[in-house]
Amino acid sequence: MAVCVAVIAKENYPLYIRSVPTENELKFHYMVHTSLDVVDEKISAMGKALVDQRELYLGLLYPTEDYKVYGYVTNSKVKFVMVVDSSNPALRDNEIRSMFRKLHNSYTDVMCNPFYNPGDRIQSRAFDSMVTSMMIQVC
Amino acid sequence: MEAAAAAAAGTGCGPGSPLLLSDGEQQCYSELFARCAGTASGGPGSGPPEAARAAPGAATAAAGPVADLFRASQLPAETLHQITELCGAKRVGYFGPTQFYVALKLIAAAQSGLPVRIESIKCELPLPRFMISKTEGEIRFGNSAELHGTKVQIPYVISEKNTFKRMDDEDKQQETQSPTMSPLASPPSSPPHYQRVPLSHGYSKLRSSTEQMHPAPYEARQPLVQPEGSSSGSQGAKPPRHQASLIRSFSVEREPQDNNSNYPEEPWRITEEQREYYVNQFRSLQPDPGSFISGSVAKNFFTKSKLSIPELSYIWELSDADCDGALTLPEFCAAFHLIVARKNGYPLPDTLPPTLQPEYLQAAFPKTKWECTLFDSYSDSMPANQQPHDLNWMEKLSINDMTDFPVPTQDMTGNDKQALKSTTDEALPKDMSENPATPKESNSLKARPRSRSYSSTSIEEAMKRGEDPPTPPPRPQKTHSRASSLDLNKVFQPSVPATKSGLLPPPPALPPRPCPSQSEQGFEAELHPQLSRAPSQAAESSPTKKDIPYSQPPSKPIRRKLRPENQAAENQEPSATAGGPASAATVKPHPTVQKQSSKQKKAIQTAIRKNKEANAVLARLNSELQQQLKEVHQERIALENQLEQLRPVTVL
Repeated sequence: MAVCVAVIAKENYPLYIRSVPTENELKFHYMVHTSLDVVDEKISAMGKALVDQRELYLGLLYPTEDYKVYGYVTNSKVKFVMVVDSSNPALRDNEIRSMFRKLHNSYTDVMCNPFYNPGDRIQSRAFDSMVTSMMIQVC
Repeated sequence: MEAAAAAAAGTGCGPGSPLLLSDGEQQCYSELFARCAGTASGGPGSGPPEAARAAPGAATAAAGPVADLFRASQLPAETLHQITELCGAKRVGYFGPTQFYVALKLIAAAQSGLPVRIESIKCELPLPRFMISKTEGEIRFGNSAELHGTKVQIPYVISEKNTFKRMDDEDKQQETQSPTMSPLASPPSSPPHYQRVPLSHGYSKLRSSTEQMHPAPYEARQPLVQPEGSSSGSQGAKPPRHQASLIRSFSVEREPQDNNSNYPEEPWRITEEQREYYVNQFRSLQPDPGSFISGSVAKNFFTKSKLSIPELSYIWELSDADCDGALTLPEFCAAFHLIVARKNGYPLPDTLPPTLQPEYLQAAFPKTKWECTLFDSYSDSMPANQQPHDLNWMEKLSINDMTDFPVPTQDMTGNDKQALKSTTDEALPKDMSENPATPKESNSLKARPRSRSYSSTSIEEAMKRGEDPPTPPPRPQKTHSRASSLDLNKVFQPSVPATKSGLLPPPPALPPRPCPSQSEQGFEAELHPQLSRAPSQAAESSPTKKDIPYSQPPSKPIRRKLRPENQAAENQEPSATAGGPASAATVKPHPTVQKQSSKQKKAIQTAIRKNKEANAVLARLNSELQQQLKEVHQERIALENQLEQLRPVTVL
C-alpha cells in the first residue's frame, strides 16, 4: 500500500528510504523531505509533555493530490514517513497504524543487532523484506 | 614408467613436442595419477561409476578424482576446462597418463600465471599446487621437495572448514618436511577462498605450534579416509587434525566434518565435535551455558573472525532467532557455524537452514547436561517448549543485559507490563531460582508475544519485538494487563493443582480452590482475563479481551462442553472473586509442587492450556455477540419508540 517508505534519523538524515520503482522517484524523496517539517511541527506541539503521553503515530501529515503522507515518530526521535497512494480509498487509518507498528518492530529488530551502529544506513535484509511486503501490495 | 609416460605424453601431445618432465615432476605426477586411478574405487564422494570406468587397470585415471584434483588446484573453472581440452582428454574421452601429465603441467603453468597453452608447458615450471580439500591426506606440491607422503585429497567442495583443514594439514606437512615453505603460498585466489588469505597470516604465526596440540584437542577424524598408506608418515595427519586458530583468541578450530558423508545436503549440519567446540567457546564467554551472551560480547568475539561487518550483521540476523540482542547457546552455535562456513567460502543462506534452527539444535543435542538438569529441576510437567518458553519470554521482557533475572520487569513500561510486574514478581523469583538459566534455548520465542498492547506504542521501544502473537488478537485493550499476569501465574502454577489433585476435580464454588486456574483468578481478583489466557505468551500479549466478565454466565453452557477441569475452572471465575487467600495458599505450595514431575501433569497441563485457549476464544466470541445483541436491542427499542411517536400522526 505504501508507495514510499523512509526512516529518518533524529538528526534528520535518512537511514533508509525506499520507493516503488517509478520513473520519478525523486519526487517521493522530496515529499519525504518536506514532510519532515510537518513532523517537527507536530512533535514540538506536544513537546513539553512527557514522551509517554505523546502519541507515536502522527497521522496524516499532509495530503497532495495524488498522495498522502503519514508520519510516525519513535521515542528516540527516529521518524518513519510513509507515502501512500491517494487512489486507494479503502486504506484506513488502522491499517496505516499497523503498518507503522510493523515498521517500528522491524526497526527495533535491526537495532538489536549488535553489529548495527545507530546512525548507519539500514541494510538488514529482514527489514528490506518487510518493507517490500508493505509496498508490493500497491501493485 | 615415468620415461614411458613421458614418451607417451610427448607423442600424445597436440603439437607433438615431447613433454619433458623433470624427475620430481615425474614422481609427483605418477603418484597423482596412481592415486586418481587407484583410489577411484575408494574415492569418497566420487562414487563407484568412475571406479568402474577406471577399472581396466591403471591406464586411465577416473574422471571423478581427476576433476576433484583439478578443482583442488584452485584454478577457475574455465581454465580447467581449457586445460582438459588441451591435454587431449576430451578428445580421447578419458584421462590417460599422457593427458593427465599434460594436464598437470598445464595446471602448473596456469598457477604460475602463464597462459594455458601447450607452449607453456615446454618450459621449466614449478610443480602444480593443489590445495588440500579433504581430510584424507594432503597433497603438497611445492617448490620444496616434500614429495613424499603426498596424497590426493578429493576436495570436498561443500564441506565446511576445508580451508582450515588444509591449512592445518599443510602446516603440519610443512613442519615435518621442510619448515621453509610457507604452506600458504597463496594459490591464485579463487574468489570464494579469498578469506583464507588472512588465515595464512594467523597460521604462519601458529606454525611453530601446529605440531603441538591446539587449544582445543579436537581430532578431526574423517569418516572417509583414503588409505593414507605408507608414505604419509609425515602426515600423521589423520588423527590429530587440529584446527588452527585464526587468531589465538578467536581459536576457530576445524572440526571434522561428519557431514562429509552426506555433504551434498548438509553443509549446515553441526557435528558433535563442532558442537562441543562451540559450547566450550560459549562457556569461555559466558560461564553459564543456559544464559545468554550479550550482544556486545558476541560482537567482540565474532569480530575477531575478520569477516566484514555487513556479513557479521547478516549472520547475526540469521541466527538471533528471537531478535533480542543476545545469543542463547543454540543461537550462538548457529552463528558460529555460519561464520565458519562463510570463512570457508560458503555463501550465506537466505534463511536460517533448518539444521541450524534453535529448536533443531536443542533437540538434536539434548545431551548437554545443563539442559537436562534445568528441565528436571523445573517440575517438568510442562512440555519443555512451553514452559521454558514462557519463562523465557518473561525474562526477555525484562532484560537487556540478561545477567540478572530476578530484576524482571525493569524495562517494561507499558501498563500491561506493570501489571505483570506486580503479579509475577513473586512467581518469578521462585521459578527463576530453580531455573536460573533455563530455557533460553526454547525457541518458540518466535511466538513470543510481542505483547505490547497495540494501543500503547510507547512500550514498543522497550520491548524490541514486533511479531504478531500467534492467536489473532481481537482488539487491543488495556484490561488485559491483568489477564496477562494471570496467564503467567497460570504458567507458573500449573503443576500445583495437578499434583494436588490428579485431575482437577470440580472445585467448590468458592475460596478453597485447589485448581491453579482458580487460584490464579482469585489471586488476581480479576475474573475474566483468565478466559483469554492462552497459555503461551501470546495470550498475554494478546489483547484477547477479557472483559467478558459479564458474559460469563452465558458462556457457561459453552464451556460445559469442554473438559471438566476447565469447566470447573471457568465456572469458578464469576464466583471466584474472593480467591485471595486461596491464591496465596496456592502460591506457597509452588516450590513443593515443582519438585514433582510427572508426565501426567504435563499432559494435563497441555490439555488445560488448550482448553483454556478454546475457552478464551469462545468467550470472546460470545461477548462480542452479546454486545451486538445489546446494540440491536437498543436499536429496536429506539425504532419502536419512533414508531410510537409517529403512529398517532399517521393515524390522524
